[in-house]
Amino acid sequence: MRSATLAPPSEDKRWRLVDATMRRHGHSPNALIETLHTVQESFGYLEDDALRYVAKSLHVPMSRVYGVATFYYFFSLKPAGEHRCVVCLGTACYIKGGKAILDTISEMAGIKPGQTTPDGRLSLLTVRCVGSCGLAPAVVFDDEVKGRVTPPEAIDRVKDWF
Amino acid sequence: MAINMDELKERVVASQEADAQFTHSIRVCMASGCLSSQSDLLKKELEAELKKRGLEKTCQIKGVGCFGPCANGPVIAVEPNGPMYQEVKVTDIPAIVEALDTKPVEKLVLPTDTPFFNRQVKIVLENSGKIDPESIEDYIAAGGFEGLVRALHEMTPQEVIDSLTKANLRGRGGGGYPTGLKWSTVAKAEGAHKYVICNGDEGDPGAFMDRSVMEADPFRVLEGMLIAGYAVGADYGYLYVRAEYPLAVKMLKAAIRQATKQGFLGKNICGTPFSFEVDIRLGAGAFVCGEETALIASIEGKRGQPRPRPPYPAESGLWGYPTLINNVETYANIAPIIRRGMEWFHDIGFHKNRGTKVFALSGKINNIGLIEVPMGITLREIIYDIGGGIPNGKAFKALQTGGPSGGCIPAEHLDTPISYESLSQLGSMMGSGGMIIMDETSCMVDVAKYFMEFCMDESCGKCVPCRVGTAHMYDLLSKICDGSATLDDLALLEQLCDVVKNTSLCGLGQSSPNPVLSTLRYFRDEYMAHIVEKRCPAGVCKMKHAVEA
Amino acid sequence: MATVKTFKINDEDVSGREDETILQIARENDIFIPTLCNMEGLSSVGSCRLCLVEVKGWTKLATACVTKIQEGMEVYTDSERLREYRRMIVELLFSEGNHICAVCVSNGRCELQDMAQILGMNHLVVPYRRPNLKIDASHERFINDQNRCILCTRCVRVCDEIEGAHTWDVMGRGIEATVITDLNEPWGASQSCTTCGKCVQVCPTGALFEKGKSVAEMSKKREFLPYLTSMRGNGKAK
Repeated sequence: MRSATLAPPSEDKRWRLVDATMRRHGHSPNALIETLHTVQESFGYLEDDALRYVAKSLHVPMSRVYGVATFYYFFSLKPAGEHRCVVCLGTACYIKGGKAILDTISEMAGIKPGQTTPDGRLSLLTVRCVGSCGLAPAVVFDDEVKGRVTPPEAIDRVKDWF
Repeated sequence: MAINMDELKERVVASQEADAQFTHSIRVCMASGCLSSQSDLLKKELEAELKKRGLEKTCQIKGVGCFGPCANGPVIAVEPNGPMYQEVKVTDIPAIVEALDTKPVEKLVLPTDTPFFNRQVKIVLENSGKIDPESIEDYIAAGGFEGLVRALHEMTPQEVIDSLTKANLRGRGGGGYPTGLKWSTVAKAEGAHKYVICNGDEGDPGAFMDRSVMEADPFRVLEGMLIAGYAVGADYGYLYVRAEYPLAVKMLKAAIRQATKQGFLGKNICGTPFSFEVDIRLGAGAFVCGEETALIASIEGKRGQPRPRPPYPAESGLWGYPTLINNVETYANIAPIIRRGMEWFHDIGFHKNRGTKVFALSGKINNIGLIEVPMGITLREIIYDIGGGIPNGKAFKALQTGGPSGGCIPAEHLDTPISYESLSQLGSMMGSGGMIIMDETSCMVDVAKYFMEFCMDESCGKCVPCRVGTAHMYDLLSKICDGSATLDDLALLEQLCDVVKNTSLCGLGQSSPNPVLSTLRYFRDEYMAHIVEKRCPAGVCKMKHAVEA
Repeated sequence: MATVKTFKINDEDVSGREDETILQIARENDIFIPTLCNMEGLSSVGSCRLCLVEVKGWTKLATACVTKIQEGMEVYTDSERLREYRRMIVELLFSEGNHICAVCVSNGRCELQDMAQILGMNHLVVPYRRPNLKIDASHERFINDQNRCILCTRCVRVCDEIEGAHTWDVMGRGIEATVITDLNEPWGASQSCTTCGKCVQVCPTGALFEKGKSVAEMSKKREFLPYLTSMRGNGKAK
């Protein structure tokens, strides 16, 4: 199969992980989402070069790859900030003040939800339920879920990140 | 490996004997809720403490799934007959170990003789908080795989389907479609292959039932899928799980590995001609993928856009082959029904609603967490007995069920017994099981706006009414909330609700007006206050042009 | 041999092969059902929702372009309720983009405009959303004006199913969804586009048009489609 020998966009060792995922699925076009998950996990976001490489390797049209990559919120086409602050806006968190936390951080950091500070230090994101409704309102600081967060606590946590 | 019932029983005994070596057992909740209050660290420290005291041979530590009272985490339980402790800190550990043989540590005890615990009936969650989800031996010791072995060795596929039909099991994803009927349609469909899919894309904001089941008892989900595979004649299964649930994915992966090693997955399962494999597919953040045709598109590596039905997936599903799709909780009900018999299941519940339903209680309620109750229990019992009522002396205003597809139920209907039909009649729906309680400080128009924003963001964009209609409805609700709407806007909102409900392609679009329709039905006065008096009765909405008092 | 089914459309007896849709049989019998996303020769997606019809005994409306006929079914293609819904759907489409007929290359030859006339939609109740969408004129022969796109995906389908290039697809979701070429790159820079122009010819509005055409000058040639489809030996691709 020609696709198996296609050279990755760079020498970066992380491409081996991407190749491994594609190989595990026999380079089937069905493996597109699984492969994009690996790219996102390995590189933190989906670069155009990566999308081109995946498209060619899996024999999926370029526009379809882009269509899939932009359909799912889990995928990002831009690099995320060094730190991530993800505010849960699930129903339980919303009625217990998740929105107030978001607004406070947004105002303090001067970025809107979905944006990264100009220095690339902090990304402010929202999520529709992390499933920690028992601890509402919940915020994920980097990879750590914190429950029953108040706006001052949230600020305290992220103030060094911007 | 040809596992039969006798061998399975032997393993149960062996496992019980192994446990009997310990005089005590401490179970630590390692599910997502308690993990976010560092229960993993707690477990490690407990182990260290036992070792320090030379107790590691007499006291066993077990990481288990959710106990239920998620807001009181981290939760641990001491066996035998010991207490359950809440909000345990690392500094509490010496006292807890000290108290193993004496009186419990009073200040940490979580009382279990309360309605929250004794009003529940557990089928789906029977192993939750009891077994180590990473241990197949634990699962077997709790009666695991008995249903599968019985089905394979003692029942025909048709008999399996018949017992589900007679048990009157209905889809727990929310729609309530009879499971037996669905299975029999797939069984009858012709195809060179057939697939079994487990929908673990729990997307309703405010719902965490399926996550808990996958984290606490992953083998149970696999066993349900295996029995389904046998019954409908499928040889491959997919578990479609939200990427936001990394722990559930980890548990399921470990379960698949162990089950394969032990011959419960793979070729010639339990020495029969039945072969079945399971793979996991990660969702990538699209609520619409809970819709079965969108979910199939997503497994095929495409944009998760629904297509019109018929044809239903039962005839033409994954890659055009007959496909059975059920959600996590439905599969979790299968093994117990086969193991304990349909009569046992049928005795729980009422009318056409048999068995139990798992709900995630959250919002303005004292006992936040995961509960499993028999069908037919009233909403009032759930909120005031099990849920312990509304905190801070506030008044109950509404119960939201069914997520963005459901509605808000006011106080006057709290004595309604829970069933698929009764909740629909109230303008809401059973849904997957999220129950969010709102008190007088919640504005119902704001809640409707919140859900409409959700539907607008999650609309796939394929069909016109949902794509454009939800955006217009959101704009109109925003206008109402900021006090700039007129009565004409309200009329237009109601007209759009009708159009979007009746003309959208899939369930997401068709049900997106429900939160608006149900709040209009029960709380129209709040809409009128915003529009006519330019006032938000709950004080939530900020009015653009506040009327001078 | 496929079995023949007999049923009723608007109380009239009609018949067709079991693999045919309500829409196909209606057209054979000169019964009008409005459509926008549907196009003979391309696969059906059922996304515009204009072809919804009532079927006696069904709780939900049926999508005529994808619903296979059934023995004895009673289909109604016209009612006050259906007219109301269809009018609103066209209205939603007009509100979504920037459809200013007076300055459009397709004025007088636009399927969206035709539909508005047929369905009697002469003013909007819903507010215009007035999006600010891009116009891509990078292609040597064609222009893509997204402000006039109704996301029917005919261009996506014809490019994939007939031309086999799959230059087009849809990106994003919900109200933000748009059609794109390759990795959302300028059309003119597309590696996969063969410049065959089929997408332009099947586009129902003035979203895709030929360069050099002025107001009301763009008429679209569709004759090729049934011909190419029959060359492929089946009624619908894929």
